[in-house]
Amino acid sequence: MRLAGFYLCVVVVVLLPMVFPNNYFVTVVGISAGLHAILAVGLNLLMGYAGQISLGHAAFFGMGAYSSAILTTRFAWPGVWAMLAGLMVTAVLAWVLARPILRLRGHYLAMATLGFGVIIHVIMVQATSWTGGPDGLTGIPPLNLLGWVVDSDTRWYIVIAATMLLAIWLSLNLIDSRIGRALRAVHGSEFAAQMLGINTSRAKTQVFIVSALFAAFAGSLFAHQQGFVSPDSFSLTISVELVTMVVLGGMASTFGAAGGAITLTLLHAGLVVFQDYEMLIHGVLLMAVMIFMPQGLFVGLSQAIRKIGHGLRSGNRP
Amino acid sequence: MKTGFWKSIITATLLVVASLVNAAEPIKIGSFLTVTGPASFLGDPELKTLQMYVEDINAKGGVKGRKIELIHYDTGGKAQDAVSFVKRLIQSDKVDLIVGGTTTGDTMAVIPDVEKEGIPFISMAGAVEIIEPVKPWVFKTPHTDRMAAAKIFEDIRKRGFTKVALISGDGGFDKSGRAQVLKLAPEYGMTLVADESYGNKDTDMTTQLTKIRASGAEVIINFGLGQAPAIVTKNIKQLGIALPVYQSHGVASKTFIDLAGDAAEGVRLPAAALVVAEQLPDTDPQKPVLLAYKNKYEAKHGPVSTFGGHAYDGLMIAVAAIERAGGVDRAKVRDEIERTKGFIGTAGVFNMSPQDHMGLNAAAFKLVEVQKGAWKIIE
Repeated sequence: MRLAGFYLCVVVVVLLPMVFPNNYFVTVVGISAGLHAILAVGLNLLMGYAGQISLGHAAFFGMGAYSSAILTTRFAWPGVWAMLAGLMVTAVLAWVLARPILRLRGHYLAMATLGFGVIIHVIMVQATSWTGGPDGLTGIPPLNLLGWVVDSDTRWYIVIAATMLLAIWLSLNLIDSRIGRALRAVHGSEFAAQMLGINTSRAKTQVFIVSALFAAFAGSLFAHQQGFVSPDSFSLTISVELVTMVVLGGMASTFGAAGGAITLTLLHAGLVVFQDYEMLIHGVLLMAVMIFMPQGLFVGLSQAIRKIGHGLRSGNRP
Repeated sequence: MKTGFWKSIITATLLVVASLVNAAEPIKIGSFLTVTGPASFLGDPELKTLQMYVEDINAKGGVKGRKIELIHYDTGGKAQDAVSFVKRLIQSDKVDLIVGGTTTGDTMAVIPDVEKEGIPFISMAGAVEIIEPVKPWVFKTPHTDRMAAAKIFEDIRKRGFTKVALISGDGGFDKSGRAQVLKLAPEYGMTLVADESYGNKDTDMTTQLTKIRASGAEVIINFGLGQAPAIVTKNIKQLGIALPVYQSHGVASKTFIDLAGDAAEGVRLPAAALVVAEQLPDTDPQKPVLLAYKNKYEAKHGPVSTFGGHAYDGLMIAVAAIERAGGVDRAKVRDEIERTKGFIGTAGVFNMSPQDHMGLNAAAFKLVEVQKGAWKIIE
């Protein structure tokens, strides 16, 4: 029963392309929604559960993407090996960063992660000989998974949907494990958690690395899916958008984070027809959600549904 | 027998109806431009131009009796959005061809999809990589940064200088312009004595310019867009550096002269003939086209810029190709775009070929100098 929501997700994700084959909103917007969901679920582990903010997550996303892009185009590495290399590099960097950065709290932590994101972005723009500078790198080959070449939108939908489900499943299990409980204790009170014998700095470092790995993995997939990377896709704005997704969906809820990411992506694709009014409508919707459901869209909705169910049951009583 | 007869009647009727519907169906031209965000000064006049001329063509009865429908999305300068909008144009909106792509970044990002789907695409971005190597479905209308660099070097050589200092920004236009300057300098016998860079949002470049002053340079070349080149020009004057200054075609708008003020006097740059349309001799075949576009645009939207001109060229080349192809068959339209010969646009006279998907030559650029707050042709 614990994974009931997850199974429902699987059914929806599998049915969507069957009911709407080759639909733009499923196979194109769906892919980008799925990537955002992986990023948001990863960030939510750090932000929602451990209570540590990161305004530099686009940097890890970018590191995965650029590792894949550089290794496949300049050194002709196979996509899967490039992806693994990207994950390794990201893990090492996250580990090195975690100790000094996670000692900070609140605004200071936000500033430090923001700075990290900006530094990585500047490197992407300035190290022209490696990264191609502001115009980015083109000609990234499609991903080859043991002979199965992922080169159409439908195939990408399958790969990214499967990865997203895996990310959600991992997150759900992690949260209900010993580490997950330790993280939530850290969120509640770091001092109290220490008193309970939790190695808080180790717990924070671990979740920071896991969260960065989620982002780097999404980055590698993104690079192969687009066939092109440029620094624009990994700027500070993207980091802020990711935080918005987690907060909008509902902090400390895996489905909330994924839902927030999917909602925002669909909203962007749907509102585009309003042209000049897009940002206006977008802003009003975000404000409305934050005012009326400060705990987040999905957490708020599920609470509301529970309340209505409860009301009906008590109303039936004689 | 009977059923066969009725079947054929129904099929014939359906075919006739289908062809009638087809004839009335509009030609769909898709576009994705950077109308908001940092490059909006490029995308905004482009969109206005497209809308203005599509309206105009439709008012005159359309192309071969079919109206044009313009479907446009704003990328905000995000390459990732450009990719998904192009997919949307091709898959959901089912456009017949695409005229768009304000920046090199946006354009390069969508090329894999355009090539895979096989749809004619005319870009309005500058960099030479877009058409080199030639990609079957990709064309472009603006001059390349290589042509700009070549034009600048020719003039420097004429004036007898050899030591050049380069200063450029960190945007896509700047970086690819810089690459062309570095590449062409030896071909023109120039030595690059300084290669400085700045951030496009910086408000002071005196540090870099002080280094350039100490480098022994004889001329300064600045490749950039927006405000930064105006600041560089002002800083040069403030530091009292008395070297000739060359800017790129990226600043060929009145805004640059307004921002740089007095410091702009004597600055030279390669520019499309549009900014100096009135000064062209009456024998120049481009003159009537330029003045017509300029007057039409200015009557509705204010001062003209060369960027809107690129959209005019792209749209007109596309429309002419559809007319010659007699329909919107993608492969035929592509072939006809490639056969564009002697088309007089705002950027110059276009002569495309299977080897050249832009079709402009160096004559399309005029070297201009700022004199008394206005552009002046100096050739």
